[in-house]
Amino acid sequence: MLGSGILKGLAVTAKNFVGSYRSPERMVTVEYPEQRLPIPEAYRNFPFLVTENAEDPMGTLRCVACQICEKECPPQCIYIEKSKDKKPDATGKMQIYPAVFEIDTSVCMSCQICVEVCPFDAIKMDQVFEIAAGDRFTDLLLKREQLAKPNSYFHQIRPTEAEEVDTRLAAERKAAEEKAKAAAAAAAAKAAAAKAAATAAPTTKTADAPSADAPKPPPAA
Amino acid sequence: MSSSDPSTLNPQLSTPPAWAGGSGPTVRAVHDEFHGDLLEISMGPQHPSTHGVFRMVATLDGETIVKLKPVFGYLHRNHEKLGENTTYLASMPYTDRLDYLCSMTNNWAYALAVEKLAGLNVPERAEYLRIIMGELTRLVNHMCLVGFLFNDLGTSFTPLLYAFREREKILDLFEALTGSRMMCNYQRFGGCRVDPTPEWLAAANKVVQNFPRFLDEFEAMLTGNEIMLARTQGVGRLSRELAISAGITGPMLRASGVDYDLRKVDGYGFYPRFDFRVPLGEHGDTYDRYMMRILEMRESVKILQQAISEMPLGPIMDPKAKLRGFRPRAGEAYGRIEGPKGEIGFYLISDGMPNPYRYRVRPPSFVNLTVLEDMCLGHTVADAVVILGSIDIVLGEVDR
Amino acid sequence: MTSPALSLFNAPFAALAIPGPTFLERAPLELRDWFVHLFPAPAQWLVHHLITIVAVLAVFGLFFAFLTIAERKLLGRLQNRLGPNRTGPFGFMQPFADAIKALTKEDVVPAAADKLLHFLAPVIVCSFALMTFAVLPFGRHLIPLELDAAVLYFFAAGAATELAIFMAGWSSRNKYSLLAAMRALAQLISYELPLLLTVVPVVMLTGTLSTQNIVLAQGGWWHGVIPHWHVFTPWGFAGFLIFLVAALAETNRSPFDSPEAESELIAGHLTEYSGFKYALFFMAEYFGMTALCGLGVTLFLGGWQAPSVYLQFIPSYVWFGLKLIAMILLLIWIRGTLLRLRIDQLMRLSWKLLVPLALINLLNAAFWFQAGELGGAFAIARWPVSIGLAVLPFIAFGRRLGRGLGPRTYRYAP
Repeated sequence: MLGSGILKGLAVTAKNFVGSYRSPERMVTVEYPEQRLPIPEAYRNFPFLVTENAEDPMGTLRCVACQICEKECPPQCIYIEKSKDKKPDATGKMQIYPAVFEIDTSVCMSCQICVEVCPFDAIKMDQVFEIAAGDRFTDLLLKREQLAKPNSYFHQIRPTEAEEVDTRLAAERKAAEEKAKAAAAAAAAKAAAAKAAATAAPTTKTADAPSADAPKPPPAA
Repeated sequence: MSSSDPSTLNPQLSTPPAWAGGSGPTVRAVHDEFHGDLLEISMGPQHPSTHGVFRMVATLDGETIVKLKPVFGYLHRNHEKLGENTTYLASMPYTDRLDYLCSMTNNWAYALAVEKLAGLNVPERAEYLRIIMGELTRLVNHMCLVGFLFNDLGTSFTPLLYAFREREKILDLFEALTGSRMMCNYQRFGGCRVDPTPEWLAAANKVVQNFPRFLDEFEAMLTGNEIMLARTQGVGRLSRELAISAGITGPMLRASGVDYDLRKVDGYGFYPRFDFRVPLGEHGDTYDRYMMRILEMRESVKILQQAISEMPLGPIMDPKAKLRGFRPRAGEAYGRIEGPKGEIGFYLISDGMPNPYRYRVRPPSFVNLTVLEDMCLGHTVADAVVILGSIDIVLGEVDR
Repeated sequence: MTSPALSLFNAPFAALAIPGPTFLERAPLELRDWFVHLFPAPAQWLVHHLITIVAVLAVFGLFFAFLTIAERKLLGRLQNRLGPNRTGPFGFMQPFADAIKALTKEDVVPAAADKLLHFLAPVIVCSFALMTFAVLPFGRHLIPLELDAAVLYFFAAGAATELAIFMAGWSSRNKYSLLAAMRALAQLISYELPLLLTVVPVVMLTGTLSTQNIVLAQGGWWHGVIPHWHVFTPWGFAGFLIFLVAALAETNRSPFDSPEAESELIAGHLTEYSGFKYALFFMAEYFGMTALCGLGVTLFLGGWQAPSVYLQFIPSYVWFGLKLIAMILLLIWIRGTLLRLRIDQLMRLSWKLLVPLALINLLNAAFWFQAGELGGAFAIARWPVSIGLAVLPFIAFGRRLGRGLGPRTYRYAP
């Protein structure tokens, strides 16, 4: 009969009306600033740079300015300038470091490609999403200093992944140290030659990690 | 006055082509003192129900549409040229943004094309994961569609919000797995990016098990509603012949009664292993298109239940796959899958460089949109909005 | 005017020397008279009427504010949301925040608009919507204006809103507005007919056009419980449903909101209005809805009459308010559920279903009355016959209207 479908529909909305008081799981909205939903561990927003030591963030950046992320970034929001000199990193090895590292978060599309291609686990995705700002060019263009966050923070936001990364890095470092020790004895005589090789191809030296897909050296230019 | 002379206005109307079968509604576009001028209205690009920045220039006789010109390109982002200038991997997150409601299936189709090009094999677990993600995406997309269709039909957001409530649960799953609700960026060449934990699979199973109950409630609300039937049945008929000759794909084609589902035709992935049916419409009108989506959702739930329970253990990436410095050998490939909106395909030509030489997308909603005028002629403005809603377009995909 | 039952009810209160229901019943009037007597005698009639107008404006202005927040809250709950809850306690200050926003917004008038008509339309629509309140009996003694032809006056004043809507649509120089104006005109005129035709039997049976007398005619209870409201007769129930549908259409409420269909015509005749003018239209729509619901309550739901003889101690205006709110909540519920009819279907519904049904209902009411006059067996036999006369045409016409429509079964690919 005409109207039965309409009555059925009215019954459904009435059921939902009553249900909205009786079963809270029907309600999907939360009162946001006061009430927050838990963020899943996998949630990603914008990248940050991992530093080993919270006291000296600029000195202990994991990033070695290899520029792979800059090249792979789909919207080209990363800008890196290599340093002219070398500084010891967290393990004490002499490394090139990024003199300038900027991410334009107004361009970044949070795709996580930079994280995936980074061979040094130096860049990770942050979970801070309340980044509203008044000026795009001063507030959303993040500098090296703003991007650097300690490894302990990474542990805090993504415990599982951070644990995995730390064990992997520790193993890599141990292997590298042993190799370096063995090499040191052999290469002691040819110290001068080794020094020259290090300046010519800096990244190939760090890439002796047991990673299957080692990065190619960055272009000279 | 000469510009709106009805004899030159729409030559299709005086002599209906064979494919139209003369079955379409007759349009009276008389121009005399009594009937007056025709009215041309521009619906969009800012209009509440053109689903984005789409524009329809409609010529009206009273409220009847005698001519309709779709105008699009307002959201053009140079997608294909961008794809030719970035690496293969960097195009992957861009495909998320084509049809931003179903990033997973876009990823899948692109990954399929590149895998053909590079000769990669996808492990079994990854194929299951792809099917789970693809079907969850189908649920997401169809829920959005039916919700917005009802909004176009004039409900005050109630069914849309019910649909969004369920969609939210699936988006939560996506977020927990991939880190993003909509821009998942999940598939990779030769597999998937992250492996779900057993807890995630249990949560997904729960969502899937509860889904039919929601669908029953949703259908009880408005499917049998007399106003809904009056507004959609017989409105925007698409004949079988026109649908085939215009290259329509997806639920819209099946609503016209053509049995063509790439999941069955190509049998890509592991679809042949699953037991599901393909619903077919008869009239090809808006109601059929709506029902196709509802019925497909029920079939998707079946596939999901099978896939989640039968999922094997194992790796999720082809060991040959390379993330950095990926250079497929020279050649060409076309990867296509049955997306929620129709056949989504990626055509790639490689010359051995890190970026494709030619990159071309076959977007389903763009092709499906081409028959908009044929479906709208003779109907009113109110119907045009509903017909557009039933085509299921996403402007990110149409304009690219 | 006081019924014997009520005086019986007042007796214990009088014995205890506390103000009984009669006092509460008369309280607003006493307050008015006290205030009026503060003024010199020649000005008293003027103050008397002004105070009535101010009272109606104040009460229904606040009622409108309450209504907007109630509608948004209720719709929110229907949709499993919370609804506005940021302004004031539970969000109840939201309408005032909205009013301030509307008042401080820029008033944009299109350059090509007919500026005078564009300005006049919201004024007219609002004032005519308010004028209809003059003849609604809000309580036993509360009626702004006792008119003999109150029902006629109500429809005459209500019909002027059609003019205002057309003015708004025409003067905006916007194609959407124009289409909406055409739709509104067609729709409002078509639905005026079933609306009036459902009122006719009420007038016919009560023998009066005065709204107060119509309410009085619905006084009395069967065994003190079931009231003699028109809605509890077969013809009255059918009439009430037709009235409800027509009232929905007259007030442009969903599912008949095609003049301002936001998914088709953006905002219809309101497309080119902003700021306070828009708020006036909005207000007029709610005033119109309240007035029509008030008329529905008066004609079919017994007006201010209590539903049971034992509930008479509650003042009559409270009953009127409760019935009014219930009816408006029903409209909001319908809005939260249903979708919109297309304009041609809307017209078909009026001319092919509501008008014939209303005409049959007229005969039905006449039969009911005559059978009741004859008394005896006829008084009992009239029930099934009258129910049949109400239901069978509905089924027949409804089937004709819905021909070719229905749920479908689908096949699956082999």
